[in-house]
Amino acid sequence: MRWVAVWRRNFLVWRKLVIASVLSNLADPLILLFGLGYGLGALLPSVEGMSYIAFFAAGTLCSATMFTASFESMFSGFSRMHGQKTWDAILYAPLTIDDVVAGEIVWAASKAWLSGATILAVAAVFGLAASPLVVLALPVAFLVGLAFAAVGLVMTVLAKNWDFFSFYMTLIMTPMTMISGVFFPAEQLPRPVLAVAQVLPLYHGVELVRPLVAGRLPTDAVVHLVVLLVYAGAGYAIAIMFARRRFSA
Amino acid sequence: MSARVSALKARALRKSYGALEVVSGLDLEVAPGECFGLLGPNGAGKTTTLRLCLGLTHPDAGEIELLGEPVPARARQARQRIGVVPQFDNLDPDFTVAENLLVYGRYFGMAPRAIAAKLGGLLEFAGLAGREDARINTLSGGMKRRLTLARALVNDPQLLFMDEPTTGLDPQARHLIWERLRRLTQEGKTLVLTTHFMEEAERLCHRLAIMDRGRLIAAGTPRELIAAHIEPQVVEVHGNGYEAWMEQARRLAPRVERAGDTVFVYAADVAPVLADLRGRPELAYLHRPASLEDVFLKLTGRDLRD
Repeated sequence: MRWVAVWRRNFLVWRKLVIASVLSNLADPLILLFGLGYGLGALLPSVEGMSYIAFFAAGTLCSATMFTASFESMFSGFSRMHGQKTWDAILYAPLTIDDVVAGEIVWAASKAWLSGATILAVAAVFGLAASPLVVLALPVAFLVGLAFAAVGLVMTVLAKNWDFFSFYMTLIMTPMTMISGVFFPAEQLPRPVLAVAQVLPLYHGVELVRPLVAGRLPTDAVVHLVVLLVYAGAGYAIAIMFARRRFSA
Repeated sequence: MSARVSALKARALRKSYGALEVVSGLDLEVAPGECFGLLGPNGAGKTTTLRLCLGLTHPDAGEIELLGEPVPARARQARQRIGVVPQFDNLDPDFTVAENLLVYGRYFGMAPRAIAAKLGGLLEFAGLAGREDARINTLSGGMKRRLTLARALVNDPQLLFMDEPTTGLDPQARHLIWERLRRLTQEGKTLVLTTHFMEEAERLCHRLAIMDRGRLIAAGTPRELIAAHIEPQVVEVHGNGYEAWMEQARRLAPRVERAGDTVFVYAADVAPVLADLRGRPELAYLHRPASLEDVFLKLTGRDLRD
């Protein structure tokens, strides 16, 4: 449990910068949610039996969680690893690079969870998520956070410079957001595109959260959970492998 | 355990990066309570040696024992009783002085109360009493170095590794660090430092090892090194006609070297050299006892290392 000290270090920084941090993680998704949700939603009939804004709220919860986890593990993580040499300082203590990787991933997932949970709370306040089942979306948000934090940290320990992240963001995250059912049902996509979405983690997060927001239990929940767990677990293992190579070669 | 267990022992250590062997068969032994200096030009392998001893880098071959623990196998347990002052400050810029110490203590599993109890003493040691709420970017280079030193002491380590502890500091800041390091030695802590300041090594270290191209080329107390490796007297000569004079000097002293426009004459007795120079007003000269720097330059050469 040595990694907890790494988590607490990041938490203390976050607590000192809490207003700027929360604002930057929530302002964008909430503006998008209400802007598109009410604006575009007024033109649309219900989608999958929900109002468009409720439909979109479930997607926003997942995409905001993904973005927070990714930004924290990649940009903030790289700054701690490379710029500030915070990881080096930690490694003089009786911690190993494995502890640092675990602390960073759980931290980014925690911060991401807060984004998801806040969006869920806002949706509930606006009557978009009325069923008690939405509470189950909270652990799902943490799992989505873990999956993207782990993948993000793989990028971080491989990165030589900041530009490296642009490739991942532009070539993977942005298209993934488009095809994973955040803005519209993924099922209306051409088969091959849907197949791509189904091997990526975001789709499975959305498939779990959206029924819960609508007050139903998700179908194939086990499959979706397993995919997210595999991304989190494999990401963690791969991040550790490359981090060891980078730090103790 | 015997009465004299080494604080640090390394045997036949090897480490390569690609085709370059950075550490090539290094043997090292540091006694408890000793201040040990590892000297060497840039690229000699000093920092890699420290990283190997800490278990941060795994050796290709060789054995390391740090405070009785085999490294890297039990490096984590060893590091529980070790402090590290790195070459480049890596204090946490988001935290105050006190928060840096608090967060660092937590890495050692220390309870908040235990860290709080140490805070006053550490701040006093670092000459930062009253500055606990200062942000890191408001501190001078010397203050940051001292805080890094205090941070390395938060776990009350038995042994401190310091990689060029005074590089980049002004003389005032350097003297203050030296004074603090001597205090630590008096308290019985073992110090292992790398440096390329000979003055620092001569003032602080009980024992030194000179390292070049990945291996130790000499070891001993500063006096022993000077006695064993170099003639006791030096005359430095420069001015018009120094090149022609070098030929004359070679007849008067056993060793004559040139670096740039200066001639270095080494001998046990330099009286004939000085007598000759008194008749040559065009040449300026300085007569001094041989120093560790002369030993260092003799053993590692005068060529630039980049």
